[in-house]
Amino acid sequence: MTTFITSVISGLGTGAVYGLLAVSFVIIFRATGVLNFAQPGLLIIGVFFCSYFAVTQGLPFYVSVVLAMLVAALVGIVSERVAIRPMVGRPVFAAALVTVGLFTILLIVAFRLFDSAARTINDPWQLEQVCLLASDTGCAIPVYHNTIARFVISMVVLGLLGWWLSRSRIGLAMRATSLDQEAALAQGIDVGRVFSLSWAIGGALAALAGILLAANGSVVQATDALFALVALPALILGGIDSLKGAVVGGLLIGLISSITSTYQPIYAPWLGPNFENVVPYLVMILVLLIRPYGLYGTKEVQRV
Amino acid sequence: MTTATEPDASPGTADAVAREAQGLERLTGYSRSLRSSEGGGTVPGAARRGRPRLVTAYAKDQALLNTPAKRWWTIAALVVALLAPFYLTRDLTLLLSMAMVFAISGIGLNLLTGYAGQISLGHPFFMALGAYTAAVLGGSPGSTTWGFELDLAIALPIAALVPAVVGLLVAPLAVRVRGLYLAVLTLGLLMLGEQIFKQWSQLTGGSGVGRGVALPVLFGRDLSVRYALGPWIIDEDISLYLICLALLVALGVMARNIARSRTGRAFAAVRDRDIAAEIMGVNLLRTKTLAFVLSSAYAGLAGALMSLLVGRIVPEQWNIFLSIQLLAVVVIGGVATITGTIIGAAFVVLLPRILEELAPYLPFIGGATGGGIITIFQLETILFGALIILFLTLEPRGLFGLWYRVRTYFKAWPFSY
Repeated sequence: MTTFITSVISGLGTGAVYGLLAVSFVIIFRATGVLNFAQPGLLIIGVFFCSYFAVTQGLPFYVSVVLAMLVAALVGIVSERVAIRPMVGRPVFAAALVTVGLFTILLIVAFRLFDSAARTINDPWQLEQVCLLASDTGCAIPVYHNTIARFVISMVVLGLLGWWLSRSRIGLAMRATSLDQEAALAQGIDVGRVFSLSWAIGGALAALAGILLAANGSVVQATDALFALVALPALILGGIDSLKGAVVGGLLIGLISSITSTYQPIYAPWLGPNFENVVPYLVMILVLLIRPYGLYGTKEVQRV
Repeated sequence: MTTATEPDASPGTADAVAREAQGLERLTGYSRSLRSSEGGGTVPGAARRGRPRLVTAYAKDQALLNTPAKRWWTIAALVVALLAPFYLTRDLTLLLSMAMVFAISGIGLNLLTGYAGQISLGHPFFMALGAYTAAVLGGSPGSTTWGFELDLAIALPIAALVPAVVGLLVAPLAVRVRGLYLAVLTLGLLMLGEQIFKQWSQLTGGSGVGRGVALPVLFGRDLSVRYALGPWIIDEDISLYLICLALLVALGVMARNIARSRTGRAFAAVRDRDIAAEIMGVNLLRTKTLAFVLSSAYAGLAGALMSLLVGRIVPEQWNIFLSIQLLAVVVIGGVATITGTIIGAAFVVLLPRILEELAPYLPFIGGATGGGIITIFQLETILFGALIILFLTLEPRGLFGLWYRVRTYFKAWPFSY
């Protein structure tokens, strides 16, 4: 039982980060109608700059997190302006392919920045634990500080973002743009600025998620960028255009892969090592069989 | 009154039956009167005299080689392709063979993504299926891996068949989801496949180890032996090159024929607006499934050929980067063109080699050991990404579109259009 609870708690921690990542996809998708495969690139660039500010420049950790998010937001704005803006009004599949191209470019840039070395981000949590339930042999349910930090920071950021998007004029403009770009334009909304803003938020959230994932007491490498692809099943599971779905999907995927990594080596070792990395895709395929638009996704209504 | 004006409309007469049959024919689209190939006779001979390139029928307009220029250039290209390996070095022959394998795989992906509009990131999964089918059937058994040492004449067709069957099984799922959901679904297929291939060591040799491939024996002849055909010496690499060339030509012509037939028009209708296509009577399930099965078969054959060329296959090589390379072939070559795909494949496969040759003249490229701003591998990956973006934003029809512009300019010369 204690193993199960430990696994659930660490699953909630990573799940919250997956939720954060999935929301970064959703915000870009809702504003621009583009599934951004370049998110892993933005994530790893954010992680690199966090490491650069915190370790190389010696700035305080939280300051460097904010600076890294700003850099990732800037990269997002520039990519959108250069590569995505010309694709307005073209098929979604073409725009998605453009982001695949963007992904390879950003990934190579990250490889150059890391220079094939592993870096640390100097986070304050490292491998420290608190004890949730003591037992006679020591600690029955240890909880890592970084698990708590992941969950709390993700939920606070998501809550603030949701509140801001539902209350502010800019949030209203973003929702209007996602409904109908031309109608929004006719109402005097600067759709181009909404695009830029959504990419900025997407980039910043991806960077934050990457930093939280990297804050596990070990080192981070450029190839860790591919980790962001785990958010894709979470995104599809929740529905590609739903903020709520993204958070629920992220938490679900986090829980499922954490529980799998705890029990699968014991009960089904023939599935092989690292099976928890493919379990999200399996769950996603099963859910898509029943609900082709995910759990909370809007069914596409088409005019012929 | 109406019955009086239609005296032969009473049921039972032979004429009425024939009429009804014709009506049915019209509904199903198979009516002979709708066939355009017989419309050529309506243009009087006097109008056609002295105008050899006047197109008088849809079928003629859609013919594979509809202009003399195309005919001559195709023949010239085939002759050059046939003779090329005898004058090139071994590694260049291998590189060209690899380009042809990418072309076959790219044509398959283009049928699915370019013509039928179903974006797929899972193409390498089907290539892997084909490669392992060929390796198991044609390879020699290892200490842990299977192998039946069959002839390539058996292994290659089955290497196309097995992925096609798997594609058929996956297709109903893929038909249910649309657009971007499908892209992520196929990515999931790729990830699941990689896990399976890593674990199933009797099939694949296991993660990081890999296995040998099919023996190069075709119709009982050992291709690894050197043959002499008149003045020409045929080594193993040249035999493989010729097999790839023959298959590329056959499969390319087949894809072109599919694209300009009823099936191809159904693909395009589904791509452009699937609900409208369904209302017009295109069976969505059948069309999308067919596109999946066809593209999987192409991918399987390409995977089998690729395994023959590289000589050893590991489960890790069928990954998302291969997927991106194949998308680059399709996008850079030209979406929904067969010729373009072949050009794109040649471009994608030959680009690293060209960069390698250029490296000494470009000071910013570092060697394998480092130095310089960027290594060749990184430069080539960045170039792929940049080219995908540039072509999609500036010339969606790819290299073929560029060529098309040049062609149209000279066709209309001296007028601007």
